[in-house]
Amino acid sequence: MSATGIIQTQTLEVSLGPQHPSTHGVFRMDVVLDGEYVVKLKPVMGYLHRNHEQLAEKMTWLGSMPYTDRLDYFCSMTNNWAYALAVEKMTGLKVPERAEYIRVIMAELTRLLNHSCAIGFLLSDCGAWFTPVLYALREREWILDFFETVSGARMMCNYMRFGGVRVDLDDASLAMARNIVARWPAFLDEFEKLMTENEVLLARTQRVGILSRNLAINASVSGPVARASGVEYDIRKVDKYGVYDRFDFGVPVGEAGDTFDRYMIRILEMREAVKILEQALRDIPAGPFIAPEAKLRNFKVPAGDGYGRIEAPKGELGFYLVSEGGAKPYRYHVRPPSFINLTILEDMCLGQKVADTVIILGSVDIVLGEVDR
Amino acid sequence: MDAIYQLIHDYCPTMPDWLALALAILLPIAIVMGVFLTVFALLTWVERKALGRIQNRRGPNRVGPVGLFQPIADGLKLLTKEDIVPNAADKVVHFLAPVLVVVPAFMVLAVVPVAKGFIAVDLNIGVLFALAVSTASVLALFMAGWASHNKFSLLGAMRGVAQVVSYEVPMVLAAVVVLMASGSLSSVSIVEAQRGLTGWFVCKPWGLVGFVIFQLCAMAEVARTPFDLPEAESEIVAGYHTEYSGFKFALFQMGEYVAAITMGGITVTMFLGGYLGPGCDLPKFGWLISACWFFAKLGIIVVINIWARGTWPRVRVDQLLGFAWKLLLPLSLVNIVAMAVWHFAPNKLVGWVESAVLLAVAIVALVKINAGQTFEKRSYRFTS
Amino acid sequence: MIPPLEQVREMLSAGAAKSSLLVEREEAVAVAQFLKTDPQLQLDFCSCVTAVDYIKQDCIEVVYHLYSVALKHGPVALKVRAPRALEQCRMPSLTPVWRGCEYQEREAFDLYGVKFDGHPDLRRILMWDEFVDHPMRKDYVPPMDYEWEPTPHAETLARAKQTGGTVPASALEAKK
Repeated sequence: MSATGIIQTQTLEVSLGPQHPSTHGVFRMDVVLDGEYVVKLKPVMGYLHRNHEQLAEKMTWLGSMPYTDRLDYFCSMTNNWAYALAVEKMTGLKVPERAEYIRVIMAELTRLLNHSCAIGFLLSDCGAWFTPVLYALREREWILDFFETVSGARMMCNYMRFGGVRVDLDDASLAMARNIVARWPAFLDEFEKLMTENEVLLARTQRVGILSRNLAINASVSGPVARASGVEYDIRKVDKYGVYDRFDFGVPVGEAGDTFDRYMIRILEMREAVKILEQALRDIPAGPFIAPEAKLRNFKVPAGDGYGRIEAPKGELGFYLVSEGGAKPYRYHVRPPSFINLTILEDMCLGQKVADTVIILGSVDIVLGEVDR
Repeated sequence: MDAIYQLIHDYCPTMPDWLALALAILLPIAIVMGVFLTVFALLTWVERKALGRIQNRRGPNRVGPVGLFQPIADGLKLLTKEDIVPNAADKVVHFLAPVLVVVPAFMVLAVVPVAKGFIAVDLNIGVLFALAVSTASVLALFMAGWASHNKFSLLGAMRGVAQVVSYEVPMVLAAVVVLMASGSLSSVSIVEAQRGLTGWFVCKPWGLVGFVIFQLCAMAEVARTPFDLPEAESEIVAGYHTEYSGFKFALFQMGEYVAAITMGGITVTMFLGGYLGPGCDLPKFGWLISACWFFAKLGIIVVINIWARGTWPRVRVDQLLGFAWKLLLPLSLVNIVAMAVWHFAPNKLVGWVESAVLLAVAIVALVKINAGQTFEKRSYRFTS
Repeated sequence: MIPPLEQVREMLSAGAAKSSLLVEREEAVAVAQFLKTDPQLQLDFCSCVTAVDYIKQDCIEVVYHLYSVALKHGPVALKVRAPRALEQCRMPSLTPVWRGCEYQEREAFDLYGVKFDGHPDLRRILMWDEFVDHPMRKDYVPPMDYEWEPTPHAETLARAKQTGGTVPASALEAKK
């Protein structure tokens, strides 16, 4: 006891990770705790760093397509698309209509897959003992089976090519996709019934980890995290890449910017993705699935630089490419959404409890393959 | 004990007196330990199967028929694992903690009447003994957390101590109504006081509230989800037993599960009429039927525990303590008053109505007072 | 307002803000402030920050891709160049303008060795703290053996010197 009668306490420095059950991989947070309160938090990353960018600079343009799968290993389809889009921007390759539809279908299925797992793992971080995760994984299997049927691989699909996609969708696989889309709303209803109204979940997530709109924009936060904070920005709407301007869908925007909003935005986005998928699967035209002038061998990109970006499930996924006109990129840079969304992790966690840091991290939804590259 | 002593005396008159006495003491202990260890092993299997069912998977199904021997396989695996003690750990305390976790859990068993006329020791302060001894596990928990020299362990121990100390208070106060109703601290007398068609204390307004409070506190006391903060996996790895491996880890698990069973047994004894049930007084197989009743009721408590674990997220530490001090504690105090009202009411019906109204008002008022934390109904706009 | 910045606006708004700006290091912060606050541009979202090693021009270029959330246009690529030599390879940090640059500038420092003056917390982010070199530079020579690497840099640098300083590793392999 000091003279003022206040007990002198010490802060406690804890390293959450890299070996920790809920840092979603080998990620570390150096947390300084005052009792249970977080007074300082520094993310430490790089445990999975493999210098993806340098590897790509030593490979042909197409050669790094399979490696983009490994960035965000939940969403290989959208990674492929972002890279293909950037290259198509630089080369001016036109993508046939059917290929654009196939890409939209793949990307939106990836969004379903990613968001269902993200909220499942978020609830698991809340301590729900894997029940929500396993419900999410059960549905994810359907999508993975579909990806396997189409591309031959469940997770590392390597499906897109410059100017189109690698293989066409036949009627059987389209029917498979329609089946998945048809059952998804029922799954979401079941999931929400299980979790959304749960008092413990509400108590844990509402008003926890608040991210203000201004900070979200200033800190380049993108994707569902930014939209939960009230940033009306969806690249599908802003850039209208692919054929997204043909579909009727809304972009859910939250207001409070807390963990609960980030959870709900993901559920609502899944419902919108189902709408897009229904339209895309209804309207998909016949035609070539890859541009006839697209070359797989001896593919060269005219000199210059270009930046292509898409709305990946986790946020804005961009590729900045510099070409010297050769067969290899001179510079290949990935703008990973989960890496940049981590910038504001400390701001969200300060003053919260140590238990909250875990669910705030879960609500940001990171994949370490993408953070560390 | 006396009955067994008499039995031994009848069948084996030549046995020396001291041996008969020793046997009469040891036999029930051995039986109780054996039965409950089996129940513990079964419970781990039941829990994993039930969780599997809740989570759309099969659960253990490789070892033995429907995975029934899984607990044995687990035990053998943990026995053969390397026992790792951290360099910086306080070796003696680190060793003692898992032992100390198990001992009180088993000691409580001594005063649980498992069947009619079957109790290891019929202490006249049985309930007090059970509540006091079960709290001793918090000491082991803190020893484990402190001796491991690990920050996660320390955080887990801190949480554990705060939690057990907080929940002990409403728990004891919830038990008070039972003591008032039965007029005894002996667990057998408490069970016997619940005879009759609606005799179980849970069938009375104060008993129902007391049962809910007691059950919640018991779940918190043995750190079951949603109150499993001392070992919150997603936050502090494994809490106080982060640094334990091999059989010491198994001892922690065992202590925890046995504590869960014994707390369930105490709950059953105090509120659900213990071993009472149709047929428990039959002259010949009464003991067997009553044991079945006891374990059936215990099974319900266990299922409630597993169900909660499979479906609920974990609460946060401030919410946990707030729940105990702001809601359960005042409610259990009101509950004592309700019990008194019921007791001194001119007739049963008036007592029923009065205590029920009193408790309903108290619950509504307490929820209103604590309504600072009500949840918002959110709406989201869609831009296109 | 300084006259040149007004020209920037005209230039950018003419091309629907899909162009790139190469600015001097000293002016970078002023230009960035202008781009962010100008009511017609409002480039409030700094999407992507990265460095490119132009070894032939002997410079390292840091590229900021800017978008506007408010007006929904972009991108504007803001490019700043610095000499390659490690001591002179520094430029003002734009983190005070766009918080989102914080980690990406750290990454550019880590992988390219660009020192950002005024960055709040300029440390390595992906490589480990003891790492000496900047691996994304075009003249970086990776160690021969990744498995055994207690002090790779003295040795690899010596080897690099023997073979002429700036030979990429693939060429080294080919020579054998």
